[in-house]
Amino acid sequence: MGILVRRLMGMLLLAGALAIAPQVAQAHPHVWIKATSELLYAPDGAITGVRHAWTFDDMFSTYALQGIESKTKGVYSRDELAALAQTNVESLKEFGYFTFARADGKKQKLLEPIDYFLEYRDGLLTLHFTLPLKTPVKSRELALEVFDPTFFVDFKYADKDPVTLVGAPPACRTSFQRPNDGTASAQTLGEQNFMSGENSNFGAMFANKIAVACP
Amino acid sequence: MKRVFGAEARRGLARGLVLCGLTLATVLMFDAVTHMLLAETPFGGVRPGAEPQASGIFGWLLARQSEFYREMSATIRAAKSDGSAVFTLLAISFAYGIFHAAGPGHGKAVISSYLVANQETARRGVVLSFASALMQSLVAVVLVGIFAWLLNATAKTMCGAEKAIEIASYALIAAFGARLVWVKGGGFMRALQVQQPTPATALAAQSRGLDHHHAPGHGHDHHDHDHDHHHHEHDEHCGHSHGPLPGELGGPGGWRRGFGAILAVGLRPCSGAILVLVFALAQGLFWAGVAATFVMGLGTAITVTAIALMALSAKDLARRLSGAREGGGALIMRGVEFGAAGLVLLFGVGLLFGYLAAERVTCF
Repeated sequence: MGILVRRLMGMLLLAGALAIAPQVAQAHPHVWIKATSELLYAPDGAITGVRHAWTFDDMFSTYALQGIESKTKGVYSRDELAALAQTNVESLKEFGYFTFARADGKKQKLLEPIDYFLEYRDGLLTLHFTLPLKTPVKSRELALEVFDPTFFVDFKYADKDPVTLVGAPPACRTSFQRPNDGTASAQTLGEQNFMSGENSNFGAMFANKIAVACP
Repeated sequence: MKRVFGAEARRGLARGLVLCGLTLATVLMFDAVTHMLLAETPFGGVRPGAEPQASGIFGWLLARQSEFYREMSATIRAAKSDGSAVFTLLAISFAYGIFHAAGPGHGKAVISSYLVANQETARRGVVLSFASALMQSLVAVVLVGIFAWLLNATAKTMCGAEKAIEIASYALIAAFGARLVWVKGGGFMRALQVQQPTPATALAAQSRGLDHHHAPGHGHDHHDHDHDHHHHEHDEHCGHSHGPLPGELGGPGGWRRGFGAILAVGLRPCSGAILVLVFALAQGLFWAGVAATFVMGLGTAITVTAIALMALSAKDLARRLSGAREGGGALIMRGVEFGAAGLVLLFGVGLLFGYLAAERVTCF
């Protein structure tokens, strides 16, 4: 009995480890995007939309170009990529364009992308598109998050000028917070955090947070 | 056959309690997994109050996986000019497969549940895990080989095919689960019936229950000849756990009955493998991509096997603990099998209707 109980405890520990295991590796990025974003403002100071430029990684760019015809080998014009760009933005709709906006705490609806096109340079594809806000809004605090909650796509903002304001009132100030890449928190992880299983919203820790304050 | 009476009954009760604990732990574990999977699909908005949670170990493991994966594209590029880079590629693929299989998809849960439900041997568990992982690799290679290499189809077309395969795979898992539930439901009901015997028939029913309970361990075909169990003779091994005998695996229909599991799980290729294959093809090194995919499958198989074996030994232990109990042991074991069969069905239905998220298909 004693041996069995000891073995049972071992099994329970293993079961516990199993329960955690899927969370450990529940997803990892398959697509890497290097991003810059512009926040577009109307003359009256209301934000009208977000313009993204997303450069896909080597592997995904190659994958996306599979079967795309071009006149010159290895060179793709904007026209040759038009159909692919359309596929891109249409597919991104399902994921809410990975862009989540709040004005003064209120969730903002985004319309379907306009002015979208793909650019091919040095083996990489860059998708440009504008997401208009359903209703332009003047707000003191604008919060914009760009991330994939399932972390299939890893968004990394450019080191230089990750976010720019276009036509914003001069008093507006931007702040930008990069996601937690896991390395910084490696030391601060506590036993409690590990055991509580409260990692269900774990994609949120990969969020890029843009905040604009217009006093 | 050893039996416990009188003072031993108290010990039996203690074992029952421990068993209940084990069952509860299992339920909690699957609840945690399901909860986590359910929480994984909140598209279209940020959940209110979703604060970032620092979790270093998860972050670290994710980072390792990402690194292995990202190194693949660089290594394939390097292999164009330097042949020895292929060995690096294979090493990376292997490590990636091991880490990656712990994630959603790849049939861990389905295979483990199937093994538990069907009283399969550890050896068959290993074979099933490896066969399904290798089939996943094969499907990825065939898919990319046909669509990208032969037809030069676009990623969009390929993705459509991938989605169709995915749906077929989930439907198969659900159908497979439904069949298991049907078969195991029968066994559970019979065990329930012998659980409330009249005193006169108690002993007979009990030994019947035990015989039935241990029969699958001897390798009888559980799918088609469920009713046959009562007619088999059993020796002193009854009431004791024992490992698989080599002869058990060679019986008629031995491998065939696992084929459904291999097909259902192995049909769905891994998105990562498809990306790697298309990339390798574009670099003119399709064969290197194929090799990487199979080595990745090997790594995946090792992880899936480890998890499947853990599930099997947990059940084996439960059987040992319940083995000495009067009658109830069989009932508990039938219940565990029935529950595991139900899980296979749940996984299939959940995946099919999008309640559970597996690894996403790359479609944009």
